Amino acid sequence: MATETILGVFAHVDTTVRALEELRARGYHDLTVYTPIPVHEIEEVLERDRPVSRVRLFTLLGGLTGIASAFLITIWTSMVWGQVTGGKFLQLVPGGIIGSSLPPFFIIAFEMMVLFGGFATVIGMVVLGRLPRLKASASFDPRFTNDRFGVAVHCAPERAAAVHELLRTAGAEEVKSR
Amino acid sequence: MSDGHSTPPTFADVNRDVLRTLEPPGNLYFAWMCVVALLLAGFFFAWAGQVWWGMGMAGKRVPQMWAMYITTFVFWIGIGHAGTLISAILYLFRARWRTSIYRAAEAMTIFAVMTAGLFPLIHAGRMWFAYFLLPYPNQRYLWPNFRSPLVWDVFAISTYLSVSTVFFIVGLVPDIAALRDASTGWRRRIYAMLALGWEGADNQWRHYRRAYGLLAALATPLVLSVHSVVSWDFAMALVPGWHSTLFAPFFVDGAIFSGFAMVLVLGLPMRHFFKLHAYIQEKHLDAMGKLILVTGLVLTYFYLCEIFTSLYSGEHIEKASLFWKVTQNYAWALWTMYFCNCVAPLVLFSRRARTSPVVLYVVSILVLIGMWFERFNIIVPSLGHDFYPYTWGIYYPSPTDTMIVIGSFAFFFLLFLGFIKVMPSLSIVEVKETIPAPMREKAHGH
Repeated sequence: MATETILGVFAHVDTTVRALEELRARGYHDLTVYTPIPVHEIEEVLERDRPVSRVRLFTLLGGLTGIASAFLITIWTSMVWGQVTGGKFLQLVPGGIIGSSLPPFFIIAFEMMVLFGGFATVIGMVVLGRLPRLKASASFDPRFTNDRFGVAVHCAPERAAAVHELLRTAGAEEVKSR
Repeated sequence: MSDGHSTPPTFADVNRDVLRTLEPPGNLYFAWMCVVALLLAGFFFAWAGQVWWGMGMAGKRVPQMWAMYITTFVFWIGIGHAGTLISAILYLFRARWRTSIYRAAEAMTIFAVMTAGLFPLIHAGRMWFAYFLLPYPNQRYLWPNFRSPLVWDVFAISTYLSVSTVFFIVGLVPDIAALRDASTGWRRRIYAMLALGWEGADNQWRHYRRAYGLLAALATPLVLSVHSVVSWDFAMALVPGWHSTLFAPFFVDGAIFSGFAMVLVLGLPMRHFFKLHAYIQEKHLDAMGKLILVTGLVLTYFYLCEIFTSLYSGEHIEKASLFWKVTQNYAWALWTMYFCNCVAPLVLFSRRARTSPVVLYVVSILVLIGMWFERFNIIVPSLGHDFYPYTWGIYYPSPTDTMIVIGSFAFFFLLFLGFIKVMPSLSIVEVKETIPAPMREKAHGH
């Protein structure tokens, strides 16, 4: 089904919020909202029926990977190198590790947790936010990184006129089809 | 938002004012760049001389093997603390005054840690073998000793540099997008590439915000851990004057103290030359002045603890080391440090001093001098007077290591001066967040 994109450009937060409320009330859910900064009032409307961003899952997995790899490398290298601490070699025996001084390894584990967790968080942000975007999306306007707010409504062509009217009455400065 | 400014800036004003900082610089800027470049050339000559003729050029004699290089290394790592403190810890505490200074502070952090990173390399002599510090498979089955604080340090500092850089770049992305949309030609193409196609769409913001919060949460313990780990380079050794559990909080506090001083040393001229008075206001200076004062008082307390512990320990060697520091060859360095770090910041008890750029600038410079001497006093007199008279020794700076220390400042300032002309040194997005969002109906306020 062909869809059309109607873009409303707003100068104010309250008018943008009004337009979003109206659109949601009329059952338009395929929206893209452009803002120069994250705005609490707008997020409140948009996040109502969305789950929390999954970036935190990336962070958790990254952090756990960091901890695991840090302990693996420190314990394993102490074993192959034959490091003697307190007169004993580090050995794995049934039931645990003997002859080891594990506390210093927690420092490495902490650092690796932060390192891997940090990188994973950014990877999560990039992947989930669909970045990098090589071509600007059709409804984007350079004013949206300055001082204007944009609401792009993706709808069936026959409803375009109604959306135009809706955005206009909500207080859009400019309404156009893209 | 303003004291003394009748109308707060609008969103468009913020974009305009930040873009203005990127206009082609004047002669003063290039004059500074020339000075910095000359010093940096001296730095590379000195380093080359050291590589060619050996470490003796740097005045390294047993027992003074750490001397100025490690002093300056710890100094720069300390400077690198304020940025991530401001951007992560103050972010989590929702301290809104951080917004106008955090970008410059973060840039400062990264450049300071990069500068610090030079010193272990310079100090290692044959820096082309620096990769020995990292664990990698090799035919000799050699691995780093993970029980060594020096190896912890490698991990701590490389993690700090990586995570701070990532945090910094993530913060920059929406701002670079704003630059992209305001520029033309080849600049636009470069900014477009760096902005990763950021559009400020709701799907981008929601993941961005979550990621930013999580990065702040990860970076917060990291800030505190890095200088603790650096302090263990000393505290884990048995040298009198080093072997103390006080060292971790003592180092972290000193790092924040000197870091904020450097933020002011860079921020005050930026405010003056870029005319950012509407964004970096008196209340921001006041807040930073207070932080310097508080960390300075805490540091004074730590100095007293250090002396008390040494006297109360009943340890003859500890007491002898302290006595030697306070009265003998390096006493001048110790008293300089006490004056700069304990006495000078006391003027900040006065609100007028905290809001006067000149006073703040002078105090900050004194604090930086004092903090450099603090590290000097930890390293040189302690190593010079340990357990056994046979190993005592005095260190004299040589032209080579002096040039390298001065040159490291040039390296830092070159990076910073370059940065403020190509990237927004004020966060467009975060500054906009602190000013009232545009509303058509003013009635319900913000």
